[in-house]
Amino acid sequence: MRAYRALLDFVGRAGRLLSVRFLLISLATLLLAIAPASAIADDADPAKEARAFQNYFFKKFPNVKPDDFANGPYALNEDMRRQWEEKEQFPPYEFSLEAGKELFAKPFANGKHYADCFPDSGIGIRQNYPQFDGKSGKVVTLELALNQCREANGEKAISYAGDDMAALTAYMAFTSRGKPFDIKIPDDPRALEAYEDGKRYFYTRRGQLNFSCATCHVQNPGERLRAEVLAPALGILNAMPIYRSEWGNMGTISRRFITCNSQVRGVPLEPQAEEYRNLEYFLSYVSNGLPISGPGSRP
Amino acid sequence: MASSIRVRAIANGETTDVQTLIQHPMDSGFIKDDKGAFIPAHYIKELTFEHNSKPVFIADWGTAVSKDPYVKFAFKGASKGDDLKVSWIDNKGETDTATFKIQ
Amino acid sequence: MRISLKTLLRIGCTMASTILAGSAALAVSTEADFRQAYAAADAAEKQAGILRNQWIVTEAALAEASRAAGKGDFDQAIAAAKEAEALAKASIFQATGEKAAWKNLEIRP
Repeated sequence: MRAYRALLDFVGRAGRLLSVRFLLISLATLLLAIAPASAIADDADPAKEARAFQNYFFKKFPNVKPDDFANGPYALNEDMRRQWEEKEQFPPYEFSLEAGKELFAKPFANGKHYADCFPDSGIGIRQNYPQFDGKSGKVVTLELALNQCREANGEKAISYAGDDMAALTAYMAFTSRGKPFDIKIPDDPRALEAYEDGKRYFYTRRGQLNFSCATCHVQNPGERLRAEVLAPALGILNAMPIYRSEWGNMGTISRRFITCNSQVRGVPLEPQAEEYRNLEYFLSYVSNGLPISGPGSRP
Repeated sequence: MASSIRVRAIANGETTDVQTLIQHPMDSGFIKDDKGAFIPAHYIKELTFEHNSKPVFIADWGTAVSKDPYVKFAFKGASKGDDLKVSWIDNKGETDTATFKIQ
Repeated sequence: MRISLKTLLRIGCTMASTILAGSAALAVSTEADFRQAYAAADAAEKQAGILRNQWIVTEAALAEASRAAGKGDFDQAIAAAKEAEALAKASIFQATGEKAAWKNLEIRP
């Protein structure tokens, strides 16, 4: 009885002290609840989202070293890893890599080279792509930059899903091996919009099979889809381009996005479509800090 | 033109471990091209590894072997510094050969 | 009770004419009907295209409709066109729903 009265006294006193504050807090909550959507979007924090993205996978696979996510399914399956490590002594992408080195060094008709279009002569820079280009207001991937380089020097663009683009990006990835992804979102609302668009694309269900990228690579990494082991979304672009045994040759990021779309029975978009570039931007950004492991080989 | 054959042969005591990667389309003849025509079969028929002019590994291949085949095997009787000769012939009669030092 | 021959004949004629009328109705799938069905399917697929969310199976059904129509099999062509329209509409429904639903899968801080 005495305790109860003490409690009542306490509540009464606390109530008198807190009543005004309580009113203010509830008022503020109400205001926040009806705040315009743009105010909430301004609080969008890609860096925080990237950390949450990475932590999701670190928690899901506590025995995997963070950097190892750059090796996709091999980080999650011992048997596959063993076979892959053996093959890495004589990797199937060797021929494409050598071809890429030759292609990169070959001058254009006007005498210039790919090296003239990139900082550091294009060596060891792959981890900085995609970039947001303030002038054009769009995301520039490495593949797009290579074709822009060609066209700026009077050459015809090459196919984004073809062997030459795969070989070129393989060589450039190889020169960046071990370097951590360093994707920047500049202080430009268009850049943030591109990141958000890529994020939205990643999580959106599509195709008759009604899968989103996340369905396989966030909800089911390490699980089997038919005979394949699904890779985690974290680090999934770090090994690109990849020699895929299924393809029997080297394939670019463009090619993989297109085939992933058709695999869920969605009509693919055109290579380097805005959605694809934004998707690459988002996926690369959330893997910031993880090392480039390309060119890679996959089943 | 670079050779189609890549070899890594390492002597481990009595045994020599050999790994090979060969660049070859290994077309089965069952795949169609973009225009719907069959890509003719083009595959390595015989692959031979020789040490001291003696064959130590012979592979009789057909259409079941995939593109850019990789071979791994081990054999006895060789030492570091010895020569290992690799040669292949395909169904079109094309050939390639290369010699490597066992490391 | 014995059914008279006249009654039997009358029943038989009614049945026959019903059947004939029925099959006549079926046989009247014209090219015009196909064009109408195909246009509806095509319009829906174009709408799905604007939403950047077309399905491969829709395209396949449209192709099947054209192929059947080319062979003069308008019944089959219309069936395929209706299937294509349904698939296209489903893909539109998917795209529209996903505009908000994608957030359900999002990894958030």
